Amino acid sequence: MSVAGDISTGAPRLHLSQDMQQLLYRLLAAGLLCVALSIATDAFFTTNNILNVLRQASLLFFLASGLTLVILTGGLDLSVGANIGLSACLAATVIKATGSPVLGTLTGLTAGCAVGICNGLMVAKLRIPSFIATYGMLWVLHGITYYYMAGETIHGFPPGFRQIGSGYFLGIPIPVYLMVGFLVAGTLFAQRTVWGQQIYAIGANPVAARLTGIPVDRRLILVYAFSGAMAGVASIVFLARLNSAEGDIGEAMTLPAIAAVLIGGASLFGGVGSVFGTFVGALILTLVLNGMNLLAVNASWQPLVTGVIVIFAVWLDMVGRRRS
Amino acid sequence: MSDQALSSAPARLRIPAVPGVAVALAGLAVLFSALSPGFLTAGNLSNILVQSVILLLLALPMTLIIMTEGLDLSMGAVLTLASLVLALIVVSTQSLVLGLAGALGVGLAFGLVNGWLVSVLSIPPFVATLGTMGAAQGLALIVSDGQSVVGIPRFIRQVYSGEVAGIPTPILIGAGFYALFHVLLYHTRFGTYICALGGNRDALTLAGVKWKRLLIAAYMLGGAMAGVAALLMTARMNSGHPTAAIGMEFDAIAAVALGGTSFEKGNGWIFGTLMGVLTVGVLRNGLNLLAVPSSVQVACIGALVIFALFLDGMRSHKS
Repeated sequence: MSVAGDISTGAPRLHLSQDMQQLLYRLLAAGLLCVALSIATDAFFTTNNILNVLRQASLLFFLASGLTLVILTGGLDLSVGANIGLSACLAATVIKATGSPVLGTLTGLTAGCAVGICNGLMVAKLRIPSFIATYGMLWVLHGITYYYMAGETIHGFPPGFRQIGSGYFLGIPIPVYLMVGFLVAGTLFAQRTVWGQQIYAIGANPVAARLTGIPVDRRLILVYAFSGAMAGVASIVFLARLNSAEGDIGEAMTLPAIAAVLIGGASLFGGVGSVFGTFVGALILTLVLNGMNLLAVNASWQPLVTGVIVIFAVWLDMVGRRRS
Repeated sequence: MSDQALSSAPARLRIPAVPGVAVALAGLAVLFSALSPGFLTAGNLSNILVQSVILLLLALPMTLIIMTEGLDLSMGAVLTLASLVLALIVVSTQSLVLGLAGALGVGLAFGLVNGWLVSVLSIPPFVATLGTMGAAQGLALIVSDGQSVVGIPRFIRQVYSGEVAGIPTPILIGAGFYALFHVLLYHTRFGTYICALGGNRDALTLAGVKWKRLLIAAYMLGGAMAGVAALLMTARMNSGHPTAAIGMEFDAIAAVALGGTSFEKGNGWIFGTLMGVLTVGVLRNGLNLLAVPSSVQVACIGALVIFALFLDGMRSHKS
């Protein structure tokens, strides 16, 4: 009896501490980055810059949090950046046509979610490997958006709408509040609901998940729909911040979003990772890019650094797996 | 009567199925011939062949890479970078050999890194090459400072626009490399190992084959071909541009997928890839003649790939 008790209490405690350890390492890395940047440049540790970092991290986090759920199931969504482009352009059109930010926001969210559902159907029902299905979707969306916009820019939105992206409440940017809201909601969903746990189970072992009666197809469609909807959220905040919509608005966001999830400790093989980890990952990546900006490194280096970080994060995960 | 019906059923099954890509190619050709009078002319058909060569040069090694259950998303960005390096070297030294060496060097280096990440570090290929794609895009912006490289000498342009014995040079180059890859895949040990890498890697390990080196070689082949394609691309555009071939890997993947090469189990078909390349070429050319914007062409190709993969999935489920 006592032995069984030991095992059952011992195993989860060990598991938890390992996860916590990983998370602490990452928080430590973020802290060290902050210290290093404070020493390297005077411009870093100022209220303005810190708020700026948080606001940039929030944009990345919206995209990356939805992507986290997809990666938890062992899939990948490469269409999120192109999805931002289409959702933002559609939302911008509706705001311009009706003058109603609410309708525009709903349009953006619906468009993002619809794209996500298409991805989910391709992965769950047609059984196309997710990275290829969403890569195809990337180019379909890209084509539609460019055709729709025909090189035009839509700009000039109502001031009330622009508050979502560039406004402040109690001295803190509004996107940061949104980020905290989605962080709490996402963490509660993933860790404390049956659906969230089923998503982990699907990623850890899809066959076992199916055999235990989890409706795998429906959950897969759900996570891709979430990922699409979060791209919709990101598109709205982006739109409000930039005050203009162009076809290529989100193109450069896909790789950073994937990087944020992987830095946050999620495994591409599914079942490992957390929304909070992704939050830390988004923070670390934003700190790196912000630091490069402050140190006057040419912006052309950013995709290169992000690419190297992606590979490095996956490699760390591989090494960790081999050891355990 | 019923006997006849029974005996005719298996006979019908024995007729070899016409591959989907051939149907797609023929269908598109008929469609565009009907819709546009300019399509079915000797000049335009030769044009399609010439324009398809760069894509063919990428799709051939992509077939091999996909057969190993891999993927190379960095090809378009590497092609862009190689084209810029070639343009910069040629403009400053006026030497085709040095320029081509530079482009091949870039391609081989990225191929080596891709192969090393995939085989030695066992990073999933789509993520490894997504990362190197970012790296190559960044380097392309850095070496060019975001500007086009102009002032390409005339002898480079000749590579794309020249003719040998009345046949455009690009077609000869394309045909040569097609023959090379055909021999490589079907008549050498390397080709057999490539099939086995996707089909049964454990068997290779048990047979004592050092397959990690082969995998690296496959990705390096992809990089080298991107270097060769960079020469044609620079000659065609008469400049080096930092976003010239972004997304071209997608056309290559599309051609390979259309050609019936499977993303699982090492089933590849090099002639299918040729037909896939021509299908993409005919689609783009026909839509161009009908004045359809290139953005819509991209969307059409995306939809075509998803459809081809869907068929691929159906086939593998049946068998």
